[in-house]
Amino acid sequence: MNAKYLPMAATIAVFAGLFGIGGALYDHFFSTLVLGDILADNAFVIIAAIGTTFVILSGGIDLSIGSMIGFVGVVMANLDAAGWHPLASAAMMLTFGALYGAIQGFIIDFCAIQPFIATLASLFLLRGACFMINLNSVPLQHPFVASFAAASLPLPGDGFLASSALAMLAALAAAIVIAHFTRFGANVYAIGGDRVSAELMGAPIRRTIVGVYALGGFYSALGGVIYALYTASGYPLAGSGAELTAIAAVVLGGTMLTGGVGLVAGTLFGGMILGLIATLINFNGSLNGAWIMISGGVLLFVFIVVHRSLVGSLRLGRAG
Amino acid sequence: MSVSLTSPSPIRRPLAARLAGHRAIWPLLALALILAVDGFISPGFFSVRIVEGRLFGNLVDILYRATPTAIVALGMAVVIGTKGIDLSVGSVIAIAGAVIAWRIHAGDPHGLILAEALGVGLVCGLWNGLLVAVLDIQPIIATLILMVSGRGIGLMINLIYGGTDPSFSSPLLQSLSVGHLGLVPTRLALGAGLLAALWALLRRTALGLFLEAVGGGAAAAELAGINARLIKFAAYLVCGFCAAAAGVILTADTHTSDPVSVGLYIELDAILAVVIGGGSLSGGRIYLGATVIGALVIQALTTSILTSGLPPEYNLVVKAAVVLTVLLLQSQNARASVFAAFGGRRR
Repeated sequence: MNAKYLPMAATIAVFAGLFGIGGALYDHFFSTLVLGDILADNAFVIIAAIGTTFVILSGGIDLSIGSMIGFVGVVMANLDAAGWHPLASAAMMLTFGALYGAIQGFIIDFCAIQPFIATLASLFLLRGACFMINLNSVPLQHPFVASFAAASLPLPGDGFLASSALAMLAALAAAIVIAHFTRFGANVYAIGGDRVSAELMGAPIRRTIVGVYALGGFYSALGGVIYALYTASGYPLAGSGAELTAIAAVVLGGTMLTGGVGLVAGTLFGGMILGLIATLINFNGSLNGAWIMISGGVLLFVFIVVHRSLVGSLRLGRAG
Repeated sequence: MSVSLTSPSPIRRPLAARLAGHRAIWPLLALALILAVDGFISPGFFSVRIVEGRLFGNLVDILYRATPTAIVALGMAVVIGTKGIDLSVGSVIAIAGAVIAWRIHAGDPHGLILAEALGVGLVCGLWNGLLVAVLDIQPIIATLILMVSGRGIGLMINLIYGGTDPSFSSPLLQSLSVGHLGLVPTRLALGAGLLAALWALLRRTALGLFLEAVGGGAAAAELAGINARLIKFAAYLVCGFCAAAAGVILTADTHTSDPVSVGLYIELDAILAVVIGGGSLSGGRIYLGATVIGALVIQALTTSILTSGLPPEYNLVVKAAVVLTVLLLQSQNARASVFAAFGGRRR
């Protein structure tokens, strides 16, 4: 097996192991119903994490995801109240997300600002914009929202894939094509692996960086659309902290924060592991939310250390 | 405040040029601008009175509220100076707060509890230092681990004694937080003391030079005979200690342990304070004084939005606008293109 697939294989093994543990501990856990629920509940954050994977692969970071999710939901809910069709407002917000991301990418590259700080400003800006629009949860009442929530694809067993999970899988398929079968994707890996070499080889740095953040903005806006449709509401605090969950999902999926190493598909399993932990703890019933936080941290730690030793022994990535 | 590393040029430049070139001038200008707008909007803004034996007024209020963030930001400045970052400071605050409530319920003497809370901060710093310096994990992800799990640890500590009522009263700790020394609030004195101590530690020993050398280039520093791992370790210890000190103040403020919400997003404000103060996330520079000014800028902004009568919802948007402006001012490319657009010449 190619060494670059090892971290993702480890992620899948951890997911399978945790799922097996759940099946051994609790009745009715080992079912497609639980699997489908995990996919549906975490679809929005996994979609956003897929976009972040590109940003991290290019050597950057995006902290604006959670605020973007909240902002998209609030705007969609208000447009819904004004009589817009949810698909129309969704299309507008996806365009907004891509444009916003592109501007953000341009500022980061042109002004040579650290992505951490530039996207931190976005975190404040978009969340503040949510609060300025309204402070309460606004429902989406268009009949399309209900039919979106009801649509699903049956799975073998008694489970089903909700429409949000289907949207996520489609978004993932598109991302895999972009990452591995386009010149843009190759440029992202090249810039993340070694920016100077990529520049010398003639990779268009600015265009790629702008594209990467545009893609990140588009995917987090898509996450926001899915979240708004899934919860049928727009809430100004929605998605708070989602940026950290998304980054954790990317790291658990085997992508290195130094850039250039990782697979988009791994992010799916990274996000599902985080969802699985929350589900396991909910199944237990006697454990509280504190355990979700602590086990998330422990898992991150174990995975990073394992990943590091893998990288060290196989010479994946750059030395140092 | 801190000593410049650049040697003075042999020819004395005019005062205006020297002022314009000084790194503290931008954050100070930002602070002055915000305060000037405040003075314009509400005429009595600058009045400082003495009420019931203590200073009272908007300026004192800004200093008072900025103190916890400023203390965290001081530690953050040291870590960022080594090309690191510490996302876990909010969690350290939560853990320190939980330890305080737990030990008070257990009946420890309060002086000891103060030491225990600060000690927990050092332990957290030790953990982060271990991950960054020994295991060589990227700082942002290494400290993400404690950030994600720290508030959970705080909740678990609350559960040790049942967790039903994590509130407490402690005259000693509360005197440190809301008390006052003569006219001055105690926390201002504590913050100033910490700043002075840290300045002495960094600038009166070689530690500051070593920290900046490691941040500027760890490999080069190593070749120059500096133990880069040890220096990074020290930075995270300092940051953990500062976070715990802020945790003592914030916890005594509310006299309860609330791990879920205490110091929420303080890491972002602290990092912002460092950046507004002219520190670069690419390491190699530690400006303690300018960092404190950065924290004051953030708080002055919040206070002025409240006093100006704007709804508090505007706070985040205005903050984002200020951050972007400061960043663009600091970027040479952006400055150059603005000057080019207006037809001016720079240098």
